[in-house]
Amino acid sequence: MNGAEAVLKALQEEKVRHSFGVTGGSVIPLFDEYFKDNHEIRHIPVRHEQGAAHAADGYARASGKPGVCIATSGPGATNLVTGIMTAFMDSSPMVALGGQVATSLIGNDAFQESDMMGITLPITKHNFQIRSPEKINSTIKNAFKIATTGRPGPVYIDLPKDTLMKEVSAVEKVPLHGYKPNLKGHPLQVKKAAELLLNAERPVLLLGGGVILANAAKEAAELALEFNIPVITTLMGKSAFPETNALSLGMLGMHGRKCANYAISNADVVLAVGCRFNDRITGKLSTFLKDAKLIHIDVDNSEIGKIVPSAIPIVGDAKLVLQDLLLAAKKFSLAKKTTWSEKLKVLAKECDCDLNISSNPADPKRVIFEISKVLKENDIVTTGVGQHQMFAAHFLKRDRPRTFISSGGAGTMGFGFPAAIGARLARPDSEVFNIDGDGSFGMNVQELATCRFENIKVIPVIFNNSYLGMVRQWLELFYEKRYSTVDLGQSTDFSKISEGFGVKGLRVERPSELAEAFQAALKNDETTVIDVAIAPEANITPMFSAGSSVFEMFGPCITENYFKRAL
Amino acid sequence: MSFEKKSNGLRKHIVGMLVNDEPGVLAKISGMFTRRGFNIDTIIVGKTNIPDVSHIVISLLGNDRTIEQLDKQLYKMIDIVKLADFSESNAVVREHCLLKVSSTEKSVEHLNNVCKLFEARVLHVNTESVIVELASSPSKIDSLIETLAPFGIKELSRTGVNALQKD
Repeated sequence: MNGAEAVLKALQEEKVRHSFGVTGGSVIPLFDEYFKDNHEIRHIPVRHEQGAAHAADGYARASGKPGVCIATSGPGATNLVTGIMTAFMDSSPMVALGGQVATSLIGNDAFQESDMMGITLPITKHNFQIRSPEKINSTIKNAFKIATTGRPGPVYIDLPKDTLMKEVSAVEKVPLHGYKPNLKGHPLQVKKAAELLLNAERPVLLLGGGVILANAAKEAAELALEFNIPVITTLMGKSAFPETNALSLGMLGMHGRKCANYAISNADVVLAVGCRFNDRITGKLSTFLKDAKLIHIDVDNSEIGKIVPSAIPIVGDAKLVLQDLLLAAKKFSLAKKTTWSEKLKVLAKECDCDLNISSNPADPKRVIFEISKVLKENDIVTTGVGQHQMFAAHFLKRDRPRTFISSGGAGTMGFGFPAAIGARLARPDSEVFNIDGDGSFGMNVQELATCRFENIKVIPVIFNNSYLGMVRQWLELFYEKRYSTVDLGQSTDFSKISEGFGVKGLRVERPSELAEAFQAALKNDETTVIDVAIAPEANITPMFSAGSSVFEMFGPCITENYFKRAL
Repeated sequence: MSFEKKSNGLRKHIVGMLVNDEPGVLAKISGMFTRRGFNIDTIIVGKTNIPDVSHIVISLLGNDRTIEQLDKQLYKMIDIVKLADFSESNAVVREHCLLKVSSTEKSVEHLNNVCKLFEARVLHVNTESVIVELASSPSKIDSLIETLAPFGIKELSRTGVNALQKD
């Protein structure tokens, strides 16, 4: 057995069923092994390595299993970088394999050599370079363990070509002494948290991406429903709690729902699970949770106290801690406090606005409205980054975990389409919609070829306004409409581009054609791109501007005064 | 070395760690300091009694919050096998210093007396200078440097803080 075979064997032992990547000089030995018929891994040869990394990430987010991507040395591996960083920022489990020049050439500026250990250092949970084939098996096992346990994240493995080609003479174990994630929350802290939460007058739960990563949505929902506590999510936490439930206040943050932003500003106790208080959700820090007591649960100790000080910090896995918290809470026999929750239920309803707008060209909210009508509970929505992403996050309601996949921390344009490909392979029984912008979709449009030749069905819905819309909105609101470099010129016809790739494309010019286009795409067994002309200067509101407090929102629905009076 | 808080809330912090002795580990650790805006005051790396495990001692100035965050970030690093916070009460804290001091026929005896007082060793002498060695607490090295300054310090090399935890 040579090194390449050992790599494939180790991937199989880790139950990998799909990988994404592009071949090249230094990984030829690995793909020579793939060519053999003695394994069960389906490799998806994508058209750009960035697509491979996002597809692996989308696969991980949809399934909870680690995504695997592969690239050759030098430019192949550097093309993975944006995708690895995207996974890192959102704590997505991923193992990225990069080819490398032979160990004898490392450091010589050899052909297609790049220092991937240095480059991936700040954007991975950990990285390895395997210099001897004996260490392949153990190192790959360690990589999967690190990627999937504790706070998940991407692990990069550098594979010099000679490591892949040499015979494996023995198997050498690589120790992992320095890795011990804390999973069990401190019982005393948990008890204190239960007491504080149940004695609160105005409690809210704030669920982050960690709830989904830890598969703790069931426990979080039980806590909310049992004790009648309203639930707010971050962008990454979206779908962790059923958004059609009356207790759901929706998303918090710059483009969050007013009821969520106002509720957290008026809460006396906030139980935050698996979220890291990014500036897009806290707004001005000095006013955020100023009068509230924070219980902060996170598996990563360094997130606790990093941004917002907590009254009760609990380090541990969200699922295990919430289970313990439920047990502890059930021991307190307190009357359910319903006033706050019932009032918030009403206020949340008042924040639901009419999406069925018939103006022409289509209002982005109308597109969301039409997608909502065809979307089933288990169907998956991925997004790019920009206005369309916030329209989807704000207005689309998702009830099941892992059905809303978006690049949160990194804000990577071009993420949504390849992520949809990965999600579809992970969950072949679900329809996968990629809500995207014309700017975002254009950044990884080449993966249409992957859909065509690998026969993968996804439904990209492009909010086409011929602008880099989110930046245009900022320029309109904060730069006196100086539209610098946001005009994408004459509208790109993505239906024609799709045809060129051999994929069906539909161009939707008026909102009345949307329903029919979605039906056609659902009926088609292959990818259908739906290119929707939307109102070019539609803005996503409500919002607060950068540097403002979370409650200083402008835009439609209720006002803060109204909210306070209603309480 | 003083561990008490300075007026601006900054205090000296010493952290020791056992790390895997592999290529790139030092870069991983020092890179994290740069990335998160921690300033390293001194850093030393050396072998230990355990094969394939090195010892790193880093000293830095920080306030309580940055130091807490630093410890948490270090704790997460997979190549760090063991982490310890050192203070003068729980550890032996030492540093090594080499100094090249100008000397003349007239000053050499006085110089020699100062070295004796500090228990510093004179390692090399010629007509222009002497090279002096002192292994001691960082604050005592500070005083030696101060005392020898009038003679004219031509060059100086300090190792940075080394420390071992007391049992």
